[in-house]
Amino acid sequence: MARKLPALNPDNIAFWQGGKTGSLNIHHCSCCRRYFHPPAPICPHCLSQDVAPRPVSGRGRVISYTINHQRWQAALEVPYVVAIVELEEQMGLRLVSNIVGMPADEVRIDLPVRVTFSQIEDVWLPFFERDA
Amino acid sequence: MMFDRLFEKDVAISGVGQSEVGRPSSLSAMKLTLDATLEAIADAGLTRDDIDGVACWPGDNNNGDAFSPVGPNALISTLGLKVNWFGGGYEGPGPLAGLINGAMAIATGLCKHVLVFRTITEASRRQTDKTASALSNKTIGRDSSFFWQWYTPFNVLSGINLMAMYAQRHFHDYGTRPEQLAQIAMTCRANAALNPKAVYRTPMGLDDYMASRMISTPLRMLDCDVHCDASTAIVLSRIDAARGGPNPPIRLEAIGAALHQPWSWDQIDLTAMVTGEVAHMMWSRTDLKPSDLGSAQLYDGFSILTMIWLEALGLCPVGEGGRFIEGGGNIARDGLIPINTNGGQLSGGRTHGLGYVHEACNQLWGRAGERQLKPHHASVVAAGGGPLGGSVLLVRE
Ligand SMILES: [Zn+2]
Repeated sequence: MARKLPALNPDNIAFWQGGKTGSLNIHHCSCCRRYFHPPAPICPHCLSQDVAPRPVSGRGRVISYTINHQRWQAALEVPYVVAIVELEEQMGLRLVSNIVGMPADEVRIDLPVRVTFSQIEDVWLPFFERDA
Repeated sequence: MMFDRLFEKDVAISGVGQSEVGRPSSLSAMKLTLDATLEAIADAGLTRDDIDGVACWPGDNNNGDAFSPVGPNALISTLGLKVNWFGGGYEGPGPLAGLINGAMAIATGLCKHVLVFRTITEASRRQTDKTASALSNKTIGRDSSFFWQWYTPFNVLSGINLMAMYAQRHFHDYGTRPEQLAQIAMTCRANAALNPKAVYRTPMGLDDYMASRMISTPLRMLDCDVHCDASTAIVLSRIDAARGGPNPPIRLEAIGAALHQPWSWDQIDLTAMVTGEVAHMMWSRTDLKPSDLGSAQLYDGFSILTMIWLEALGLCPVGEGGRFIEGGGNIARDGLIPINTNGGQLSGGRTHGLGYVHEACNQLWGRAGERQLKPHHASVVAAGGGPLGGSVLLVRE
């Protein structure tokens, strides 16, 4: 089925279009040198506005997940895995995504994963796959 | 933080009301609302003309959708109220936000009697549209919301996907098991058998739970609350005015409404959500202790949330929720802390927030009929999941 896509704006465009050049872009604060997500024009830790998207490794681990079995919409393919991934750059740096390219029932907490992009229109969705 | 004056202690519940709980109801959303609110006003010994404030969560912020089809504006017009203050809106400390806002309006002297209500018609809506409540329907076209855009592109189409990840992490960190979590649903079903208004009243065993369809691992269909059409209303009164009414005032002894983390479903503590700061705030505003409670009416939009509230409120140690509810004895009607004595939302119906307050008051007033607990004077109500959370400690004078 057609995924709901985000409306792009100056704050989120680097994240949603990073996959065009193969990079996962996460906002970083030049003042306190910490990453934060979701992106915003200000650092939530130190309130510096000296912030900008920066490419990260795209590697992390699953810190929680669920296998969705419910067909919420007629054309939805199930099952699929929704996960919270913590990126290796910083403890607590998380985002929600899907785990793809592996059997759903093999996903585990602490599974190492790496980003893989899927383009739909002008959005590159950052999914994650098992990091061998 | 210490305060000179704890505003909520000047406010009491003076009356409650509730419409039929239908699945679905043939009544309109407004008729359900009138049935609940007029009953609550009469229960408080008041008339329409005494009401000088109206509060609601979340209000009619979605153009009359089934999640909240009636807001303060519509009710004020329909009942011909003359109010000093009114308010509604989604952004607040969860389903108890209307009650908390109403209490503030009284404590600040804006109002004397505030009518708080919550109407929901998701059961009838689902008959025509199974996807009516999908998160992807919160915005039209592309997702322009500050928060939901981080979820909907990944087919997080229901809140259960998020709650399931809290449950998965709780299972991982603390060894919680499905057979333990089952006790939330089973306890609610057992309680619902004693509530003539409850949606599901047939007995449920562990086998029924384990055989229930998996929706989003590790949560099953029987971990989800049941949609209904209903309205619930509470009248809040200034404490001196409440003392002149027909019911012993039920004081708002303490409120928990804190949010110390991002308003987010994934950037928060995954096994506590915001329940920790909410409960800490509430207990810091009272001398009462968890052992003083005669019942706990705890949000069960999904079963895992009830277990997390039990932990946060100090009814069992953090991480011990699974072992505490195992076998069901501790949370049963005759247990250490009876929960969701009207069947909760899991079996009673998703009245969404105020249903817990309604039940707590009826128990405190000793008029819960066949399901009446032994006499008690204090009860806690807590509602919400993820970044939504609030709690109220109720004490009968
Ligand atoms: Zn910073």
